[in-house]
Amino acid sequence: MLALSACGARTASGDAGTASASAGASCVDTSGDSVKIGFLNSLSGTMAISEQTVRDSLDLAASEINAAGGVLGKQLEVVAEDGASEPTVFAEKAEKLISSDCVAAVFGGWTSSSRKAMLPVFESKNSLLFYPVQYEGLEASKNIFYTGATTNQQIIPGMDYLKEQGKKKVFLVGSDYVFPRTANKIINAYAEANGIEIVGEEYAPLGHTDFATIVNKLKSSGADAVFNTLNGDSNVAFFKEYKNVGLTVDATPVVSVSIAEEEVGGIGVDNIVGQLTAWNYYQTVESPANTTFVAAFKAEYGEDRPTSDPMEAAYTSLYLWKGMVEKAESFDVADIQEAADGVTFDAPEGTVTVNGDNHHIAKTAYIGKIDADGLIYPVWESDGPIEPDPFLEGYDWAEGLS
Amino acid sequence: MDALFSQLFAGLSLGSVLLLAALGLALTFGQMGVINMAHGEFMMAGAYTAFVLQTFIPDAGVSLLVALPVGFVVGGLLGLLLEVTLISRMYRRPLDTLLVTFGVALVLQQLARDVFGAPNVDVRAPAWLSGAVPVLGMNLPKTRLFILALAIACVVALSLVLRMTSLGRRIRATVQNRDLAETSGVSTRATDRLTFFVGSGVAGVAGVALTLLGSIGPTLGTNYIVDAFLVVVVGGIGQLKGAVIAAFSLGILQATFEYSTTASLAKVLLFVVIVAFLQVRPQGLVSVRTRSLA
Repeated sequence: MLALSACGARTASGDAGTASASAGASCVDTSGDSVKIGFLNSLSGTMAISEQTVRDSLDLAASEINAAGGVLGKQLEVVAEDGASEPTVFAEKAEKLISSDCVAAVFGGWTSSSRKAMLPVFESKNSLLFYPVQYEGLEASKNIFYTGATTNQQIIPGMDYLKEQGKKKVFLVGSDYVFPRTANKIINAYAEANGIEIVGEEYAPLGHTDFATIVNKLKSSGADAVFNTLNGDSNVAFFKEYKNVGLTVDATPVVSVSIAEEEVGGIGVDNIVGQLTAWNYYQTVESPANTTFVAAFKAEYGEDRPTSDPMEAAYTSLYLWKGMVEKAESFDVADIQEAADGVTFDAPEGTVTVNGDNHHIAKTAYIGKIDADGLIYPVWESDGPIEPDPFLEGYDWAEGLS
Repeated sequence: MDALFSQLFAGLSLGSVLLLAALGLALTFGQMGVINMAHGEFMMAGAYTAFVLQTFIPDAGVSLLVALPVGFVVGGLLGLLLEVTLISRMYRRPLDTLLVTFGVALVLQQLARDVFGAPNVDVRAPAWLSGAVPVLGMNLPKTRLFILALAIACVVALSLVLRMTSLGRRIRATVQNRDLAETSGVSTRATDRLTFFVGSGVAGVAGVALTLLGSIGPTLGTNYIVDAFLVVVVGGIGQLKGAVIAAFSLGILQATFEYSTTASLAKVLLFVVIVAFLQVRPQGLVSVRTRSLA
């Protein structure tokens, strides 16, 4: 089937191709002046608002790389597809990009369900996906590079910060789906090991807009901090209610892990000023690489467009792939997998390094404070990049989590 | 005791939101038998009216007070337009109104997305609504008290219109017996239009009120439309009084369930209760033996 495709067939070298021709064969064409890569994001449907920003930063990275001479002397030819906010569409389009467009790697995905849907496609076709969004961890595939944070690079630093601030009673509020529930399982285990009491754990259905009762429970729980894994619109209603009942940032700060620069405007800066977020990048991170990135992004897409963590992770992922290809001196998947370990890039968020064992990357964690100007400024950062630990093997208290 | 009282208030407050969302529907669905799926989008239009006005009027307090009547007119005009262009062609065909207005709802959502952008926008709350009022040791948020007062004001105004004005008499006459009303010299066409204007206008007011609580986005209406229909059905079709009782009962019930279980489970339990209730009393809380109003 693959041999019939229009692209010039090039069998993957080494052990990958020998076992089964259909499983390992790659049709990536590297004979010309260019090489194809795939961008797969939701450009329609409910996730389009978020994923369009990722597409913008991927486009920026591709045009920068092309302007600088390409990868191994070849220009990048981008094949763009729309995942339409449907996991099944993501799987179909991934299959199309790999088998009929013959791309060397695919960049994209946002929701965990889209990643889970694409994973078997990339494994059976032995191709590569670069996934740029923080997620719930507990996963590793040799066919996926996870360039967003795993839990020990975002959630645990968030809890570390609260502990450092002397917070003893934490209330958990989240949307009712996989990420918040997994995150809260980890937080519960962390809290038990670190002398923090979880005084409440509430989930609201996605799109829930009446938080009177949950905020009542929060208020009467005696919590001195809140860990917030709510997604989307619910945040607005939550923060308005939080303010309405007279809770304050000083007494009961909220750490959020799904609110980035773009969301702050919609929630209303007034409602959320002074609150905390845990991410690996903010537009305000001070580094020469970030100054260049922010300037280039604004020049391309307008002064009023902020840059955010997933955008930066997507931008970085293309450069990391470039680094791997150049180290491997090959576009071949097996060669890239072998060369991946230790590939590093001076990213806007700081230096990032690929871990060849679990295909995640070492990232610096930042706790940020939302300012009245709508931007987020770091108030705490980890001592250098944190090694990725998706299965939390380095934490005794995390034993038994799965 | 504190928790009980504050939950009672949370329930009343949720009830007042439900009531605002359902009040206009009680008129257009309850009285006229039109299943208007675009009712939620009229609320969205009201909310965006508040957003637009605040860009012209810097004082958030003044812009909110201006937004209430302007939101009423915007919602009302949208309703009027819908009635004149589409609904008027399909009275007595409720299922067709459902499909057509659902399409209109989608169009309005996309229109909002194109005009205001897909991300949510924020409407600033006025300073005099920030904070809470201490009552019996509890702090009641001023925004929620405001919405409660607004809901009561809307009910009073609407029932005054229905009972005291000639428009009210014409509406009641048309609903009770369209043909007889017509022969008595009532222009039922004009009455239909006015009823729809008032019902949709109340949706616009509800939208303005919602800016105090949550997010303003193209899908705002879809969050409330099902709840609004539930209130009208449970209350008893054609009954303003029923809608009031149903809204507050459902609000308190939801708050109680949510307090003792979780938000997701509370929704399920509420539906179970409603289904069970409708088995016993399919006509709703307030029975419609006569077709009198309020």
